[in-house]
Amino acid sequence: MVDINTVSHELAEALKGQGADYIEAHLSEGETSHITYRGRQLEAIGRSTATGGNVRALVKGGWGFVSFNDLSELGKKVALAVKQARSVGKEESQLAPVEPAVETVPSTIGEDPTNVSLAEKKQLLDEYNDIICRYPKIQTSMINYSDSQRKTIFLNSAGSHIEQERRDVALRLSAVATSNGEVQQAGISVGGLNDFGAVRGLHSRAEQLARQAVDLLSAPHVKGGEYTVVLDPILAGVFTHEAFGHLSEADFVYENEQLRQIMTLGKTFGEPNLNIVDTATLPGLRGSYKYDDEGVLAAKTYLIREGKLVGRLHSRETAAKMKEAPTGNARAISYRFPPIVRMTNTYIEPRSTSFEDMISEIKEGVYAKNWYGGVTSMEMFTFSAGEAYMIRDGKVAELLRPVVLTGNVFKTLKNIDAIGNDLDMNQGGGCGKGGQSPLPCSNGSPHIRIRNCLVGGR
Amino acid sequence: MEEILSRASKVAEEAEVFTVSSVETPVEFETNRLKHIQTKQSSTIALRIVKDGRIGYATTTRVDDIESLIANAAATAEFGTAARFTLPSLTSYPNIKVFDPDVEKETTEQMAELGQTMIDSLIKHTPELTCEAMVTRIIADVSIINSRGGQASYKQSAFSAFIEGQLIRDTDMLFVGEHWSSCHPLSEPGGIIEEVLRQLEWAQEQASVPTKSLPVIFTPHGVASAFAGPMVAAFSGKTVLDGASPIGNKLGKMVFDKRLSLRDDPTIDYRPGSGLCDDEAVPSEATPLITEGTVSNFYYDLQTAALAKTRSTGNGHRSQGGQPSPSPSAFVVTPGDTTFDDMVHDIKEGLVVEQLMGATQGNILGGDFSGNVLLGYKVEGGQIVGRVKDTMVAGNIYELLKQVAAIGSDTRWVGSFLSTPSIYCPAVSVASK
Repeated sequence: MVDINTVSHELAEALKGQGADYIEAHLSEGETSHITYRGRQLEAIGRSTATGGNVRALVKGGWGFVSFNDLSELGKKVALAVKQARSVGKEESQLAPVEPAVETVPSTIGEDPTNVSLAEKKQLLDEYNDIICRYPKIQTSMINYSDSQRKTIFLNSAGSHIEQERRDVALRLSAVATSNGEVQQAGISVGGLNDFGAVRGLHSRAEQLARQAVDLLSAPHVKGGEYTVVLDPILAGVFTHEAFGHLSEADFVYENEQLRQIMTLGKTFGEPNLNIVDTATLPGLRGSYKYDDEGVLAAKTYLIREGKLVGRLHSRETAAKMKEAPTGNARAISYRFPPIVRMTNTYIEPRSTSFEDMISEIKEGVYAKNWYGGVTSMEMFTFSAGEAYMIRDGKVAELLRPVVLTGNVFKTLKNIDAIGNDLDMNQGGGCGKGGQSPLPCSNGSPHIRIRNCLVGGR
Repeated sequence: MEEILSRASKVAEEAEVFTVSSVETPVEFETNRLKHIQTKQSSTIALRIVKDGRIGYATTTRVDDIESLIANAAATAEFGTAARFTLPSLTSYPNIKVFDPDVEKETTEQMAELGQTMIDSLIKHTPELTCEAMVTRIIADVSIINSRGGQASYKQSAFSAFIEGQLIRDTDMLFVGEHWSSCHPLSEPGGIIEEVLRQLEWAQEQASVPTKSLPVIFTPHGVASAFAGPMVAAFSGKTVLDGASPIGNKLGKMVFDKRLSLRDDPTIDYRPGSGLCDDEAVPSEATPLITEGTVSNFYYDLQTAALAKTRSTGNGHRSQGGQPSPSPSAFVVTPGDTTFDDMVHDIKEGLVVEQLMGATQGNILGGDFSGNVLLGYKVEGGQIVGRVKDTMVAGNIYELLKQVAAIGSDTRWVGSFLSTPSIYCPAVSVASK
């Protein structure tokens, strides 16, 4: 069986002398295990192995890309990528300069998921599932567990040769309650990088989840309209990712004059207490790595500092075209896709307000927690809370049916008038963009308060 | 394939080998210009076995490592769920056409030209528009063999064209777009251009709607973004088996308006959702789900059908290399007889919803949807007067579709999955700021 280290030397030779402005290649081998439950039944268990690679070429500003499982005839694949790039390119290639790197990055591991036996994984999931399923009025459960290990080798025509390895663990637990034809559900997502420990010890959260799904059956709908809304760290993290994070991805902006004007550095986006950061350099978070998929070192990037736009996320091409420094944010979900500008771990930095102080002045408002998901179309965002309560006279009051929050990003950021002291990172999500989903990312925030937020309801 | 099957059969009672090899060629435009041409070759082998009565499953991309594939399948079988199904032993299948050799002949130059024509036509109409576009061709070879002698294989072509235009004025952003797909190549993009130009025309002025219950017309795109998600969940045999579908116990009962009929249909020639069989080699058939308002079927794969003591409807599909599970092939809503214009003329004050954002984030299982109107228009005195902003609609599909005002005659494909006319609901909750 051919292994990718052997192939990488052959491929490195093939990248030379092709007459392209730049060529890079990725090789990858990995294994994924997944276990799913529906109700009492284990529904599916399986294991996949995948090996493959790609070649990406740049000629006169045009890109060609070839991906493959078959590791033979690599020279032809390189030639095809170059030919495609040549048929596209009509301008000048621009890439921010990056020093070539030759490195084998050792993976730092907590509890290695590949060392935990299938039997032990199943035992743990059985325990969570049992807690959910035996809760009164719970109709069914849904559990999705997966772990993967992947080794990648990055090569480019400037001589880089970077070998990296990562192990991802992700778990989603959902409880579904029914009564009189009504169906309600509650769920949590957790995950970790290189650490199976991230999915251990969730027994009490599984029970909470079941209780919450049942409680939702008798909860009222919120009356649609504008409210003062307090978001918990998880939902505020999603808000940061969806509402603002995507706007700071330079590939949306770099060739769009109008968007460039909206996203001019130095512009005020929020109150002076607002700092937003993206960084792949924090150990153990799912969005972390040493080098991105263009061989650029990861960095800590302030996107908003003291309310002002101060940075954005770049690939080598967007950095060059905007005359800014590369940030190491070019990522691909697998060898089947070219790297594009993505977030890593994105969060609002904590301030000093306590949760009690934050809600104490609210006469009627909404406390929204946890998340189902969120999407954005640049200016408008919408995200949904997995759990929500009315706030009445400064206190958390009755449970509500799940709520959807929506608004204009620019107005909403300015309407954040309090930032808490309790930063927490949400490791459960996966981000989708350009057909590449789910990419491991994390996001976080302390509790935040938003004035005049539109809440959908009946 | 035969070798894998025979080797797997030595360690297991039953075995099934599924292979798919494809070449996908996307031609991509960014900011009105050709930017990227890609060629993606991929091949996967999936092995499902039944060993000691339990299902084991593994996939690989490596033809040179059959040993690990079989070992992985055997290792998972130890913990796998009990197999209740019998693999089909058929070798002949309905003749459903899903391959057009002309797709293979489309050159990347022709595809690039197609994309540029779409973009140029839109820019000619609205010069400040920024367009992204993608023209893609896919050729796939699918084969399935199993230890019961069942065997199916076919070649499929798919061709798709996608365009999205973005118009920014100050911080106001408008998104318009269309997605077209077929097993035939697209000879000329006139229909796509016409559709996007219509959206641009209707969105030219801005208008606002009050926060209250209003009549709402969901266009085919609107139906896709508000109703499709909850329908897919509710009619899944698996959701029903779990007792989590609100219509699970309503078989044969009138739950929807009697003008509403819906079927899952993988038998239409040259549609990307069609095929002669599903991914378990069960022959394709059209499955009526709603017949004149009555819940008439759910859709099943082999295992779920066996557990529910019914038969597979040929809906065992695999997504991203996973095991077969019930999933729809293509939903087709039967058109009604009211024209779109007649629906609009009927409304004093209301809304046309073209695109909802985030509609399916809520309690889909319960039928709830709630989303921001990404693209929608206000109707005033029977006329479309402009585009609305900062507006949300919310509702429950079981309440809204129990009694509709009209089903449109304007049926069309939205992407490759849904064919539907517009649906006009008399009262939907609308919130705006």
